[in-house]
Amino acid sequence: MAELSITEAKRQTRNRWLLLAPALIILIFAASGPLLITLVYSFLSPGDFGGVVWEFSTDAWFNVVMERDIFDDTLGWSDAHLSIFWRSVKLSLLTTLCCLIVGFPTAYFIATRPKKQRDMWMLLIIIPFWTNLLIRTFAILELIRNEGVINSALIAMGVIDEPIQMLFTEFSIILGMVYVYLPLMVLPIYASMERLDFSLVEAAYDLYATRLKVLRRVILPLVKPGVIAGSILVFVPSLGAYVTPRVMGGGNQLMIGNLIELQFGQGRNWPLGAALSITLLAIVMVALMAYVRAAGEEEVRHG
Amino acid sequence: MKTTLTAVLALLAAPALAEGELNIYNWGNYTSPEMIEKFEAETGISVTITDYDSNDTALAKIKAGGHGFDIVVPSGTYIPIFVGEGLLMESKPNEMENFKHVDPQWVDVSFDPGRNYTVPWQWGTVGVTVNTSVYEGDINTAAVIFDPPEELKGKINVVPEMSDVMGLAIKYVGGEQCTADKEVLKQVRDVLQAAKPHWLSMDYGNIEKYAKGDLSAGVNWNGASFRSRNQNPDIAFGYPQEGFPVWMDNAAILSDAKNVDEAKTFLNFIMAPENAAMLSSFARYANGIKGSEAFMPEDMKTAPEVVVPADLVGAAYVAETCPPEATKLFPASSTELLK
Amino acid sequence: MDKAFDVRKQTGFTTIAMACFAMLYMPIILLVIYSFNAGTSIAIWEGFSWRWYASAWDNEQVQEATIRSLIIAFWAALISTSVAVMAALATTRTRKFRGQTTVFAMINQPLMVPEIVTAVALLIFFAMIKVATGYTGLLYLIIAHSAFCIPFAYLPIRARLQGMDLSLEQAAADLYATPFQIFRRITLPQLWPGILAGAMLAFVISLDDVVITEFVKSAGQDTLPTYMLGQLRRVVTPEINAISTALLGISITMVVAFTLLSKIKT
Repeated sequence: MAELSITEAKRQTRNRWLLLAPALIILIFAASGPLLITLVYSFLSPGDFGGVVWEFSTDAWFNVVMERDIFDDTLGWSDAHLSIFWRSVKLSLLTTLCCLIVGFPTAYFIATRPKKQRDMWMLLIIIPFWTNLLIRTFAILELIRNEGVINSALIAMGVIDEPIQMLFTEFSIILGMVYVYLPLMVLPIYASMERLDFSLVEAAYDLYATRLKVLRRVILPLVKPGVIAGSILVFVPSLGAYVTPRVMGGGNQLMIGNLIELQFGQGRNWPLGAALSITLLAIVMVALMAYVRAAGEEEVRHG
Repeated sequence: MKTTLTAVLALLAAPALAEGELNIYNWGNYTSPEMIEKFEAETGISVTITDYDSNDTALAKIKAGGHGFDIVVPSGTYIPIFVGEGLLMESKPNEMENFKHVDPQWVDVSFDPGRNYTVPWQWGTVGVTVNTSVYEGDINTAAVIFDPPEELKGKINVVPEMSDVMGLAIKYVGGEQCTADKEVLKQVRDVLQAAKPHWLSMDYGNIEKYAKGDLSAGVNWNGASFRSRNQNPDIAFGYPQEGFPVWMDNAAILSDAKNVDEAKTFLNFIMAPENAAMLSSFARYANGIKGSEAFMPEDMKTAPEVVVPADLVGAAYVAETCPPEATKLFPASSTELLK
Repeated sequence: MDKAFDVRKQTGFTTIAMACFAMLYMPIILLVIYSFNAGTSIAIWEGFSWRWYASAWDNEQVQEATIRSLIIAFWAALISTSVAVMAALATTRTRKFRGQTTVFAMINQPLMVPEIVTAVALLIFFAMIKVATGYTGLLYLIIAHSAFCIPFAYLPIRARLQGMDLSLEQAAADLYATPFQIFRRITLPQLWPGILAGAMLAFVISLDDVVITEFVKSAGQDTLPTYMLGQLRRVVTPEINAISTALLGISITMVVAFTLLSKIKT
């Protein structure tokens, strides 16, 4: 193909940016721009009853992790915030783990079906994924609440006389999140497994490896990119979860998302809410970059 | 089908609407649907209701601006804050036609003397709801919540309205309402921290939960407790002998309301005895309009939730607006409790 | 000869997989079943009935919320897909260009940034505008939805574009066709399944959104999901089941259609 002349190249560039303009304008207005404003707000002072006062202050960032005790004015770690961060990380990690335990075999199962069947199985995984988050959370709620299906059935069968309190516990939050994010774990792992060359597996068996060894030494390393992708895809959204902990947790087991919302309501501290949002964003970015790095290394290794 | 068509047209031709609109911002489950229907039928104004679960939430949302509401219904203790921030319109209900029906004792209230901004909505008390089939001891004490007996542990709910919770707690440790005394507040904090592990949730909207047995006890408002008892006779309302607040919620027009005329019509409407009675019979609280008793259901006249027992009347105190030094602890406390 | 040794079998995996599918579908199936419950309980079956569908149909708030959801989803899908088509044309099948990473980051931002963060950012930003202009209409929601739908429309279109053969377009260019003609006569006919798939995805995503809508909406602007969120905190009747089942029906139809569309060969 002939070399483009300078004017031709310039025209292409101009056209490209013209085509991109509408998308970028909308995104700047309703996605990226507001994020920058949030960053600015995190450096302001809270108004008395909400809103902000345009005075510079680093109090919000200070309050993300530390607090000044209201009674004896001592400086200390913010127990409330840190325990909420810890709970969020803990619950998200547990959710990711559970999704992995359930999702890995499921992806494997689908990948080992005859080719024609696989699309149907994948469709079965995708359908719940495109269902409204609220509907899915509500469906689990119906199951585990005190007058829900499980308790009613157990009582009717005479196994228990009092309903088991499953709702409003950390268990219910994890259950809700696993239910919501499971497809996000299965999809990438399946994508990796589909490309798995089973002749390698066969070779391993020919060398008298046990099933477990084959799993550990042959299959797992080959599907690692999918596992990492799935883990990130589950960990990141569950860290920022808002609806599920609110509905499943009873209003007093906050995760980061709920803590952020509180600042724009009863908490009356917009700058703190902004700072917490940026903190959450930073944590998520770190996780994403770790993934990109890990995926990049895989590329290099496998060529 | 007709309503669907109206809805479609309403949404597509919003500015060109011939009928009026009214956007009410109120506590959840607190507005009688029958009364709204009657209002819509009589005036042709279509009403939307959006819920909030605490005064602080309402204040925060209104203060943020751009909310689109016309009417808000805060508690009396918050009215001075709303007025001070310029959020309420001086709509002069005292010049409206139905103002003559307002009970004289509720006209010159401390938070709005002479009623230039607000109209009484309903009033009531804060206390504890207990399922007496679970716990048979004395329920007229806040110890049920702050130092719960074995049978109630793990099945307690506390409403997220900080001023009510803190009010009860301050009285429980022997302090005066609105105290900024650090020693007292420290005690309050310790009491709340110790009690919190025994609480199941801090949520609003619990009428069903008490009736069904999901919750066995909790901080509650008398009307809500009354409605639970109507579903399950074991539910009783206790008046904490250490001290319990009496509150009044009031409807007011917001200063940046778009539908001012419709809002004024509404304020006038709820001052009529029959309409105030509809509010009361739905939410089961007393209202501030004289002559409305004639239209209310019989059981409201004698119910223990509405008539304070003689020996506990002394423990009642009228909730006052607390100065900023006292309330600045609320957000931090609410995070501590909710975490 | 021994029983065939299946290289693919791993102990217990099939069982776990089956359990997984059961777990995924059982709650939803129960939800659908109980939407037909004649009684008011959400767990105790009392016979078959359409009553909850009827009451949901008559419920004014539900009607308004549904119509509002559909209007927003329609506009969001329209805007985001149109914009995404242009963006995809500009960024696919070209050489690396300056600012590429930033552009990709911006387009995919809604996928990477947690929804609560975006919701809060929009709350802050739009509050400023609402106070300044006094306008509190549906436009905020439409723009917000369009923005986060862009990556969902963009990715299928881009994928489709990448799978298309450039040579046809080059041939047309050699024959002195204008870029617009090329687009209309050659690119578009091949691209349309991708565009349609992107539009449907955007529509479903907008219909389902709850967090961002909850924060951005003003008085009386409930969408179906925010209405349901409000109801969840109060009395729960099988009416919610009925509404959920209806929404489910729409989503499943769209997903199946989307999958079929993705299969259409270039």
